[in-house]
Amino acid sequence: MADANAHVASKSFFEEGTTKSSKGIRSWLFSTDHKRIGLMYLVTITAFFFVGALFGVLMRLELMSPGETIMGAQEYNTLFTLHGVIMIFLFIIPGIPAIFGNFFLPLQLGAKDVAFPRLNLLSYWIYLIGSILVILSLFMQGGPIDTGWTFYVPYSVRTTTSVSLPLFAAFVLGFSSILTGLNFIVTIHRMRAPGMNFFRMPLFVWSTYATAWIQVIATPVVGITILLVIIERSFGVGIFDPALGGDPILFQHMFWIYSHPAVYIMILPAMGVVSEIIPTFSRRTIFGYTPIAMSSLAIAFVGYLVWAHHMFTSGMSDTSRVIFSLLTYIVALPSGVKVFNWVATMYKGSIDPKPPFNWVMSFVFLFSIGGLTGLVLGSITADIHVHDTYFVVSHFHYVMFGGTGTIVFAAMYYWFPKMFGKMYNIKWANLNALFYFIAFNTLYFPKFIMGYQGMPRRYYDYLPEFADLQMLSTIGSWLMFATLVSIFLNLYLAVKKGKKAHHNPWGGVTLEWHTSSPPPLLNFDKEITVNHEPYDFSQLKELDYESK
Amino acid sequence: MEHGNTEHKEHSHGYGIYILVWLALIALTSITVTVAGVDFGKIALPIALFIAAVKSMLVINFFMHIKYEDAIFKVFLLLSGMTLLVIFILTFFDVFYR
Amino acid sequence: MSQSNTTAVHHVHRDDLGAKMGMWVFLFTEVLLFGGMFLVYAVYRFQHPELFKLAALELNTAMGTFNTIVLLTSSLTMVLAIVALQKMHKKLSLFYLAVTIGFAFVFMVVKYFEWSAKFSHGIYPGSEELLNKQNGEILFFGLYFVMTGLHALHVIIGVVIIAFLYVFIKRDKITHDNYVKLENGGLYWHLVDLIWIFLFPLFYLIH
Repeated sequence: MADANAHVASKSFFEEGTTKSSKGIRSWLFSTDHKRIGLMYLVTITAFFFVGALFGVLMRLELMSPGETIMGAQEYNTLFTLHGVIMIFLFIIPGIPAIFGNFFLPLQLGAKDVAFPRLNLLSYWIYLIGSILVILSLFMQGGPIDTGWTFYVPYSVRTTTSVSLPLFAAFVLGFSSILTGLNFIVTIHRMRAPGMNFFRMPLFVWSTYATAWIQVIATPVVGITILLVIIERSFGVGIFDPALGGDPILFQHMFWIYSHPAVYIMILPAMGVVSEIIPTFSRRTIFGYTPIAMSSLAIAFVGYLVWAHHMFTSGMSDTSRVIFSLLTYIVALPSGVKVFNWVATMYKGSIDPKPPFNWVMSFVFLFSIGGLTGLVLGSITADIHVHDTYFVVSHFHYVMFGGTGTIVFAAMYYWFPKMFGKMYNIKWANLNALFYFIAFNTLYFPKFIMGYQGMPRRYYDYLPEFADLQMLSTIGSWLMFATLVSIFLNLYLAVKKGKKAHHNPWGGVTLEWHTSSPPPLLNFDKEITVNHEPYDFSQLKELDYESK
Repeated sequence: MEHGNTEHKEHSHGYGIYILVWLALIALTSITVTVAGVDFGKIALPIALFIAAVKSMLVINFFMHIKYEDAIFKVFLLLSGMTLLVIFILTFFDVFYR
Repeated sequence: MSQSNTTAVHHVHRDDLGAKMGMWVFLFTEVLLFGGMFLVYAVYRFQHPELFKLAALELNTAMGTFNTIVLLTSSLTMVLAIVALQKMHKKLSLFYLAVTIGFAFVFMVVKYFEWSAKFSHGIYPGSEELLNKQNGEILFFGLYFVMTGLHALHVIIGVVIIAFLYVFIKRDKITHDNYVKLENGGLYWHLVDLIWIFLFPLFYLIH
């Protein structure tokens, strides 16, 4: 691979596209280049992320003081539903796989593109259509959906708000997710560079592989569940409505058969990114490569066996409550394997605290809190006490926002120079990491306390005794929003007028650092053959990289 | 070509074997319809499902060619089949004991 | 592959095994999709065994059996179309595809008569007649319409796919040494058959 260092000034994928002209909006919207598609996802998903975040800020504003502050109960119901739907279906599920998976999976495999480039473009289009349907549903007759993002029956069958369209949008978005997963599976099996066997794949690829299988195998179940609700609403067929003999708990089963594995769709790719960043900034090969790779598969597998822990208070049988509680604890094992291996990788490493690494540190802390409180919720007795309270809300945000969300930023800071060939302001990025950490805990930690004291989720009003903590949380939300804007500004300015980045600014050794920044249309100027382990830092002597 | 030999491995079988499989499928269909007329009580459903499973194995192995595909295809098939089975079993822990 | 207007470099990459792998992965999603409905069916049949039997009496077993045979035979002609093409009998292959489409139409026509018979008895989603029945029967017919309806939708999609394959073979876009598209189309059609193999005993053969 030594000869891959010679960087001739070949055209980057910005200058050369797959369409007739390489400039203009058409060259993006019709591009089958995985890198351009990744960037299109980046722009679209960022836009929706800010919309979702704005809804979150509005919710916090309503909760700033007891009683009606800026909106009534119905508006609040709509708002938390939309916040959930947008953040989950439009941001966090597609987030890392669609942006960074698309961009870096082929690069890390030494491939020229994904297995089905045109299908990849189609997935983007389907995502776009789905997201437009979500927006359209806001203006439909009956008003925006108010069921919560879980769409539980019988309420979702009976409410007069516009439910069918956003449900259909979720179905469409699921289809996009399936096609992306399908594409990645075949890419990983068929497009690896010569010499790259499965155990020379970077860990981000492994976690994307596990994720892709969940996307493919779990999404159809929620797809059909959603379709059944739409059919029930449209034609009055009896399926879930208890008045016609239906079983609402069955709906919950089917919903969570997807939606629990879906939280692994959200977190697994993030764990993969962490496994990339930690070795690079510790200058040390990953500790326990095989256990980390296998734990991704284990999480994907065990993730199928635990869904009903969302239903401990739903009235399902005691037998299954015990079984699902037991199985839930098993998920903690592979997650623990990962955390211990990450820490062991850093031990005696030569740590270089650059922004991506600092973000990952933030992640380890936040995710551990999220994960450990998950065990509280996994045990039946404790769950019954805190079920449907802010405790759950807080746990979920620590895992999803503190876990995956944090890593979206970490990945952004890690791979930004590769994607755009520009460097951002490092000091500013580090400050952002610090403020993010403070804002995050101010925003969400009070919710653990309130939840434990009995503050139920999804209420727009509360008892006066919660006023102080609610206020604190709201202040956290302002801090958080300001931090998000600041992150965005830093990166935006870097795209516009950042100074040119070295093609390997961090001293990474996986294949994406062997090519120029931004990479050429076909990713590599030379044919790639792999004869190293993925995190073999002895290669660095031969590789050209920017030293401290 | 990136992977050298990625094109078809020929498994041309002639028409005969497929017609045999089809005859077996038709035979199984008539058996399942006939058997449905007999009152087997509780095991009627398992019998019907068993016959359906045999039929689907025939379709998957021969018509869908899985018998002649790479091992990885069989692993995939097993994986999705097992997932479905697990989902059924775990759901029935609730429904059965409720 | 067929994009000629791309600026040169987009490399031609043909990987038949990869294409087939992609198709199989897609079929798994279909299996899980119908699997979800079979789960609903299983739960409700477990909860209302007697009423499911009662409701199933209304279905026409003869029509169901006939359609099963039609679909199984169409699967045969589909696979024969592939063999014919492998043996470079292009005309024969086209003939088999046409027959497959013919069988699909027969299936849909029978289905049409079946459904309209139900409708004329006042049994259709949301009808007063149906809603007056007992819960288990309402669920049975709900599932019957949804599952066979969704299956019928897959039959229609299958017909469209096979029609495309027909045109591709006719124009020599699919040939005896490059027929993975035909194989993938075939896989889809067999899946439609596969699902019916389970739908048939579960709806028509409960006595």
